[in-house]
Amino acid sequence: MTVLVAVMLAMLSAGGFAPLGVLGALWSGSFGSWYSITSATLVRSIPLMLTGGAVAVAFRAGVFNIGAEGQLLAGAAAATAVALALPHGGMATTVLALLAGAAAGSAWAGVAALLRARFGVLEVISTIMLNFVALHVVSFLVRGPLQEPTHTYPQTASIVDAVHLPRFPGAGRLHAGIALALLVLAFGGWGLRQTASGFRLLVAGESRAAAASAGMIDVERTIWGAFLCSGALAGLAGAVEVLGVTFALYENISPGYGYTAIAVALLAGLDPWRVLLSAVLFGALEAGAGAMQRDAGVPAALVSVIEALLILGVLGLRAVRWRDRGSAATREELREVAT
Amino acid sequence: MSQVVEPFLAATVRTATPLALAALGELLVERAGLINIGLEGAILAGAFGSLLGATAGGVLAGYAGAVVAGMMVAAIFALFVVWLRADQIVTGTALTLFSVGVTGTLYRVLYGTSGAALGVPTSAPMAIPWLSRIPLIGQAFFVQPPVTYFAYLLIGIIAWWMHGTHAGLALRAIGERPEAARVAGIRVEGMRVLAVFVGGALGGLAGGTLVLAQAGTFAEGMSAGRGFIAIAIVVLGRWHPLGVALAALVFGAASALQFAIQSMGWHVPYSLFLAIPYLLTLVGLAGAAKRARAPDALGKPL
Repeated sequence: MTVLVAVMLAMLSAGGFAPLGVLGALWSGSFGSWYSITSATLVRSIPLMLTGGAVAVAFRAGVFNIGAEGQLLAGAAAATAVALALPHGGMATTVLALLAGAAAGSAWAGVAALLRARFGVLEVISTIMLNFVALHVVSFLVRGPLQEPTHTYPQTASIVDAVHLPRFPGAGRLHAGIALALLVLAFGGWGLRQTASGFRLLVAGESRAAAASAGMIDVERTIWGAFLCSGALAGLAGAVEVLGVTFALYENISPGYGYTAIAVALLAGLDPWRVLLSAVLFGALEAGAGAMQRDAGVPAALVSVIEALLILGVLGLRAVRWRDRGSAATREELREVAT
Repeated sequence: MSQVVEPFLAATVRTATPLALAALGELLVERAGLINIGLEGAILAGAFGSLLGATAGGVLAGYAGAVVAGMMVAAIFALFVVWLRADQIVTGTALTLFSVGVTGTLYRVLYGTSGAALGVPTSAPMAIPWLSRIPLIGQAFFVQPPVTYFAYLLIGIIAWWMHGTHAGLALRAIGERPEAARVAGIRVEGMRVLAVFVGGALGGLAGGTLVLAQAGTFAEGMSAGRGFIAIAIVVLGRWHPLGVALAALVFGAASALQFAIQSMGWHVPYSLFLAIPYLLTLVGLAGAAKRARAPDALGKPL
């Protein structure tokens, strides 16, 4: 963390910015006021909680789903389509749209799962390719079948108020999606620790061979399950975003939530409960970055650097600890051999 | 007919060049048993490095900047994966994110937020005497920027090096049975670091090609997934230089198709065309992944 701050400050000074002013903007944009906490930080942390959970579930099962971004877009598109098709349904439409989003995300992840199960295609590559495909499909939808009635802007019509996720009184733009995200993460944390399927998933992730030879665990099925769950969470994130924040579908609906999710999940040690905290941290970073760009003129892309350094920092720490333990064990062994 | 086919073939070779360069680099990395998803980051860094180099000292300095930038990304990958033995996929993903952030930040700091198109000196196509006059394919293959000819050479050099030299054999051994290779006296870590650096240099060069031989400018995120496509090309090319070159051409053709179809005036939604290379990657992988045999130790931690 100290290294990280030092690197950031050095970069800022090198770029000709006043580090303190920048940090001030970062702070005021994220935690500086009740408005920035609720309407900026927490609102941004909601999709990160869901996509972070999606990545955590997949990685825990040994499935490298880098495709949360595409699954989020699929979910956003499906939820928008449902919400626009049934404008008079009120909250029933909202629920239906959320379900449609989860299903679409799941289906989008299912393509990668199928490619892996049937053809042995590395999911790292396929999920990334599917991210690009999803982006272009959304871009097609908002210029074609789902474009707003005047056919002027590349976006859909607005979703009617009655279908929006309700907001909390006195909490600005904060919407009910946060309750949903908390529920999902709590359920995920409980499920991983306390249920048989959670256990199967963890074992399959730790060692395919051990899981298979234990006999009780159908590794294939467990991996499918992890893939589909992960996709559903990411899809839900997309649905929550259109129903709670943007109220329409357009191309840049996600500022890369699906990629940030990887940093969120890794920083949380792939633990659903801790995903909650790291999602708020990253939500604050994203919110602060906006303020940083506005008030201090520092490019918001700097946040990607911070995220990358956080991931590398976690990897480095873990590797160093593992090395120390390894060498200690070797010394122990040598001593035994010697005596 | 040739009015459609010749520009199509030329566009194929043009778009295939950066893909082939990046994929040939990744080929070496993968034959050494590693998988570097950070290739995407190396390409983007290379594109930005070439912008820096070219604005300071012309085309050649641009290519030098591209190679150096790609190697800087590779150095971080080598540090984490070979030395610290961190997870390859996660490290690679982080590096791509890192590259997106660093190039985006520096671009805005150095060149302003306007994003105005910057004129970068570009490398002009050079006709090769005799060969360029071959009917139909001459224009496409032999009136290209010099970097394309370098790619042709590289295919031969890598094929010879990998399959005709002792060092190449050692590299392949590391990718199959690293422990056995170590026992045989091969310096596994040293070779892997070397492969990663060459892979990074070629990835950077691929990025430089995008700026110096194609776009003539830099745009944020301009690598647009080419690094990931290059990794797929390595699989489709069955981990062999000639196969990789062919697969790169197929992908070049898929991208060139969108220009060809546009020029023929068919009314197909543009965004769907942009998705073709990515869809093709998926289809290609589905067809090839099971038949091709990956290096045994690929992606496994040592």
